Amino acid sequence: MRLAAPETVTFTQSGFCPGCGHGLAVRLIAEVMEEMGLSEKLLAVVDVACGSLNIDSWRFDTIMAAHGRPIATAVGVKKVRPGNLVMAYIGDGAAYSIGMAETMHTALRNDNVVALVINNSLYGMTGGQCAPTSLPGQITTSTPKGKDPKKAGMPFRVEEAFTGFDIAYLARASMADAKGMIQAKKYVRKAFEKHRNGEGFCLVELLSPCPTNLNMTPVKSVRRIKDEMIPYFPLGEFKDKKREE
Amino acid sequence: MAKVLLKGNEALAEAALAAGCRFYSGYPITPQTEILEYLSWRMEEVGGEFIQAESELAGINMVLGAAAAGARALTTSSGPGFSLKQEGISYLVASDLPAVIVDVMRIGTGLGDIAQGQGDYWQLTRGGGHGDYHTLVLAPASVQENADMMAEAFDLAEKYRHPVLIASDAAIGQMIEAVEIPEFREHDINKYEWTIKGCKKGCEQRKIQNVYYTNPNYETYLKEKYDEMEREEQRYENVCVEDAEVVLVAYGISSRVCREAVETARAEGFKLGMIRPITLWPFPVKAFSEAKEAKAFLTVEMNILGQMMDDVKLATNANYAVDHYGSIFEIPEADGIIAKAKDMWKKGEI
Repeated sequence: MRLAAPETVTFTQSGFCPGCGHGLAVRLIAEVMEEMGLSEKLLAVVDVACGSLNIDSWRFDTIMAAHGRPIATAVGVKKVRPGNLVMAYIGDGAAYSIGMAETMHTALRNDNVVALVINNSLYGMTGGQCAPTSLPGQITTSTPKGKDPKKAGMPFRVEEAFTGFDIAYLARASMADAKGMIQAKKYVRKAFEKHRNGEGFCLVELLSPCPTNLNMTPVKSVRRIKDEMIPYFPLGEFKDKKREE
Repeated sequence: MAKVLLKGNEALAEAALAAGCRFYSGYPITPQTEILEYLSWRMEEVGGEFIQAESELAGINMVLGAAAAGARALTTSSGPGFSLKQEGISYLVASDLPAVIVDVMRIGTGLGDIAQGQGDYWQLTRGGGHGDYHTLVLAPASVQENADMMAEAFDLAEKYRHPVLIASDAAIGQMIEAVEIPEFREHDINKYEWTIKGCKKGCEQRKIQNVYYTNPNYETYLKEKYDEMEREEQRYENVCVEDAEVVLVAYGISSRVCREAVETARAEGFKLGMIRPITLWPFPVKAFSEAKEAKAFLTVEMNILGQMMDDVKLATNANYAVDHYGSIFEIPEADGIIAKAKDMWKKGEI
């Protein structure tokens, strides 16, 4: 079992809450880059939310972009530096709410960037408000009586909206356990391989725990992913353009 | 290069390429759309990247990425679209990134209308987005200046690592004049160490982010940057100011009419002059020291409120009568300007 993190993971003191999923994602990306031998090629764009702490957690050249705009910013980077790998690392609020237009039009153009979307079913940085991904009945600080789908709609499932686009790759994995992490790593690696080959837009959503804002222990928040999130947000690959061809 | 006949918007677009701009992302809006249309085919010819973005928001945030990656990046808009750019402009400032943003001004608040206007003065000069900041603002008054100021704007943006705005308007954007496009220059995206390019093992990671996070002395750093701009970058043109009894203050298309007004008034024996701010920010306070005989100042602007009057009062320590000749849907007329200036002069005598 390998314990040492890749040398691109630089943080010694984590700014993330205990049990947060971002640390897992950082390591996962760093391992994939190391294994592909592309650590020196990756340019990252993070959102202003919790994931922005990654700028101090890894040693990749990184932009902290405006909330919801990292995918658009990543497109700008990739056009100028086509020889680099370019990733937007964002939450579900950024990808599917305030930045939905940017996400959708990047998919429409099939721009060659990777989007990693951390789905924790709420707004983490601002203290746990309702997100487009919040589950029916979910108690949040802006749905204190539980999310009412009649008012707020059903949780957004990216595969229902995006498989119609001519994009390179779309997948969802869970970071709730070792099995999920192995699958997540496989999908992330595949996204970056497709990206390196210039196949187009790749979006990988990672189901992630947020114990602080769910008022749960880390263990319970992980169990919630398995018990409540995965039944609504199925895991797997939804679009794999090259395989389809 | 020989002179050619071009629309103001097209000259601006071609001059951006000449200045080494190789990234553009914009969204259609009248009266700036010719810039987008021109670059949609021309950018490719010079090996650059053109994106018609899904919105002005996406456009400006693509520019932020391109600028961070080292390109000379441009976006353009007008009125309603320029408002949407403000988020990104504020982030460009906070991230110490150079970029050029053009506002081909149109008239009005909200939708307003597509005719020429100069109503974005406050938004342009006061920092149109959130936070306290300024951007350099250049105001061209001809098709030739549209071209010349693009080169200057990119140089200034890099000098200060700060966005630079160009305040054009529908009249200058749509008119056709003879113009000489400056010589083509190549820009190296690796010219600066700070641009993101990939972090080599053992090297220091490059971070493009909020100076408020990274610079413990950000207040001093930012204040000194603005102080230096105010000290070094004031640009203006004074026309017959030294002995003028009434001084017009006008920029852009309005300044062209004021030039005519000065000539006409002087032929009649009325000592009229004009200060033409070329930088709207920093406002050319230095220009006013030449107005030694002035009794009154009259701004000539295509807006309702006379937005520039505040700056004129500040530049003259509020020691003089300051008024505004506003033409809203139409370009101001010299006769009307002279009549109002004479009226002020008479009141000054009493």
